[in-house]
Amino acid sequence: MATSAELTPEPVGEAEGPLLDVRNLHVEFRTRDGVAKAVNGVNYSVDAGETLAVLGESGSGKSVTAQAIMGILDSPPGFITEGEVVFQGRNLLTLGAEERRKVRGARMAMIFQDALSSLNPVLNVGEQLGEMFTVHRGMSRKAARAKAIELMERVRIPAARERIRQYPHQFSGGMRQRVMIAMAMALEPELIIADEPTTALDVTVQAQVMELLAELQREYNMGLILITHDLGVVADVADKIAVMYAGRIVETSPVHDIYAAPAHPYTRGLLDSIPRVDQKGQELYAIKGLPPNLLHIPPGCAFNPRCPLAQAVCRTDEPPLYRVSDTRASACHFWKETLGESADNA
Amino acid sequence: MSQPTTREPAAAPATTREPILEVRGLVKHFPLTQGILFKKQIGAVKAVDGVDFDLYPGETLGIVGESGCGKSTVAKLVMNLEEPTAGTIKYKGQDITKLSGRALKAVRRNIQMVFQDPYTSLNPRMTVGDIIGEPFDIHPDVAPKGDRRRRVQELLDVVGLNPEYINRYPHQFSGGQRQRIGIARGLALRPEIIVADEPVSALDVSVQAQVVNLMERLQDEFQLSYMFIAHDLSIVRHISDRVGVMYLGRIVEIGADAAIYEHPTHPYTQALLSAVPVPNPEAREERERIILAGDVPSPANPPSGCRFRTRCWKAQERCAVEEPLLAVPEVFRGTGGPAEHESACHFAEEMENPPGE
Ligand SMILES: Nc1ncnc2c1ncn2[C@@H]1O[C@H](COP(=O)(O)OP(=O)(O)OP(=O)(O)O)[C@@H](O)[C@H]1O
Ligand SMILES: Nc1ncnc2c1ncn2[C@@H]1O[C@H](COP(=O)(O)OP(=O)(O)OP(=O)(O)O)[C@@H](O)[C@H]1O
Ligand code: SF4
Ligand code: SF4
Ligand SMILES: [Mg+2]
Ligand SMILES: [Mg+2]
Repeated sequence: MATSAELTPEPVGEAEGPLLDVRNLHVEFRTRDGVAKAVNGVNYSVDAGETLAVLGESGSGKSVTAQAIMGILDSPPGFITEGEVVFQGRNLLTLGAEERRKVRGARMAMIFQDALSSLNPVLNVGEQLGEMFTVHRGMSRKAARAKAIELMERVRIPAARERIRQYPHQFSGGMRQRVMIAMAMALEPELIIADEPTTALDVTVQAQVMELLAELQREYNMGLILITHDLGVVADVADKIAVMYAGRIVETSPVHDIYAAPAHPYTRGLLDSIPRVDQKGQELYAIKGLPPNLLHIPPGCAFNPRCPLAQAVCRTDEPPLYRVSDTRASACHFWKETLGESADNA
Repeated sequence: MSQPTTREPAAAPATTREPILEVRGLVKHFPLTQGILFKKQIGAVKAVDGVDFDLYPGETLGIVGESGCGKSTVAKLVMNLEEPTAGTIKYKGQDITKLSGRALKAVRRNIQMVFQDPYTSLNPRMTVGDIIGEPFDIHPDVAPKGDRRRRVQELLDVVGLNPEYINRYPHQFSGGQRQRIGIARGLALRPEIIVADEPVSALDVSVQAQVVNLMERLQDEFQLSYMFIAHDLSIVRHISDRVGVMYLGRIVEIGADAAIYEHPTHPYTQALLSAVPVPNPEAREERERIILAGDVPSPANPPSGCRFRTRCWKAQERCAVEEPLLAVPEVFRGTGGPAEHESACHFAEEMENPPGE
């Protein structure tokens, strides 16, 4: 194929380490009401072919972390104050704007929750898909159009040849999300970040879209970061999980281990709040209290006002991310106790 | 107790009480018009197209189904916020669709609604006290003027909010707290029925459980009947005594919660349940998932015969010409098992591996 290779940055050889390694990332929003510390030291990594699920409540910083990785953070008011985003061995935060733009799209792409507002309403779907090839690959419009049809067929949009002339609003929610996936896939990136890709969809359509995404990921051996708060979706597709609370990673673990025995009280609370069949007629477990205000994050462990295990030390000392095993970590002073209790309950 | 010879339909609760609400043949078509000056009707969105169900005192009837299948429209019809195109809604034997004036007002007091979106359903310029007390303005007989403040504070207490918050505005509360305000308002007139349209969908997992627990506690305390609409099937199962599954303006299957979740006989219910991600990674490999092809057809132009046939893997010729009725399928009639509940499918059968197991 006659792609102009010089437009695409070369991968930095066979880089050691994971595909993406986020290290101690801090992001704050400087607003009129004060400084909102949205991301307070995030660490996570993802390998090629691996699916990392990022889980956490609304406002816990999942999307802001993703925006910082992609280089699309709203700035101002958002500022990255500390940390590294190491992708294929390079810290992206030190790259210039132009180089960064090349990485985005070609090497990493993002899928958003709301496809309708992230697609351009005045361009037809074919033009939007084709643009990926004309702009990034320098293809002719005709060749780009053929590629667009191919992509639409890849994501199983029926009658792609005809539908390519239609506009986003003429597609159903599930179809639009497929178009988004097609756009993200267009340049065969190594990493895809999917921010709640199926939250706006119905259950049966959600199943179609997730299956498609998983299939494409396997086929191209991509790294996938899946942001969600659906514990069911996570259990279904993730290899490992990072749980966020108040802008921090509070637990990372392979998916099987965390469901069997969480090592952080917040994770445990989330898992316990899922209604189970044998709990019918009983009260659901509910984490007491409310998520913290990011303008006033409690000192010590941010979870301490809601935590059933909190001790005096939790109100003064912020827990580091303790190593639980080779593959697990927990930001809780009492991770051993939590793990023990979780295992007893399992 | 009923005689052993007169078997209760499987879908009815064990007690032989009279339903508090009887819905029959409910239809709501929204006209589709063209033209700006001279509106010409060119068709209709068949949002609700022949819905029957009963609601019993003190029970929770869950309603599930995909976006656009008509759940909210059914809720609005029951609330008398929309006028039905056809059908009857009997509250204690009285058809409320025919009522007006004072008689309607009296019935309305007994049926209240809690809305999905705690962010937009509360007027931002009203204090919490005014929002919760507003129903008393419409029904001044329930609480005399001098008594209102106390009644509102009582309601705040009932839903677990600090009564001192009475003068705050909605934006000063979190999503879960706002949903509690909506519930307090719904309770103000001491209704018998609460129609809850996606009351926890906009809330975080940890806060959802708090609101569901609150609703269950209030139901026990005030013997409320709930119509609980949601798309989270595990929450619906937790709270419901019976569950109705809707597809394109119709109820396709209805029965006791265990019957629907463990012994579904309608292909759509089976697909829906199999598609729900289960929060257990160990079950990942064993799951038999039914991935449906295609999208839900437009309610302006539903398929002939069975509305599910364009996506149904069991569809046969008969399905295109003959509409399946919501009734206990012949094969299960008199079996007494959990599969003996109403299901609108010509070829209703249990699955080998029920998705819920
Ligand atoms: N442009 C912005 N200006 C100010 N604050 C912002 C901005 N974008 C995000 N924030 C704040 O940063 C915090 C983290 O937001 P983020 O969108 O990452 O949450 P999230 O975990 O993705 O939540 P959700 O599940 O609701 O999508 C929030 O408190 C949010 O209000
Ligand atoms: N006022 C209206 N005018 C025209 N069409 C309407 C109106 N209200 C609803 N509809 C249509 O009726 C159908 C049923 O809508 P309804 O809101 O009852 O669905 P729903 O099951 O509540 O969906 P969701 O899960 O998305 O809330 C939809 O196709 C909708 O677009
Ligand atoms: S550090 Fe303390 S407050 Fe924080 S999660 Fe652990 S036990 Fe709870
Ligand atoms: S009646 Fe036919 S098309 Fe409809 S659900 Fe049953 S088998 Fe499928
Ligand atoms: Mg987000
Ligand atoms: Mg609705």
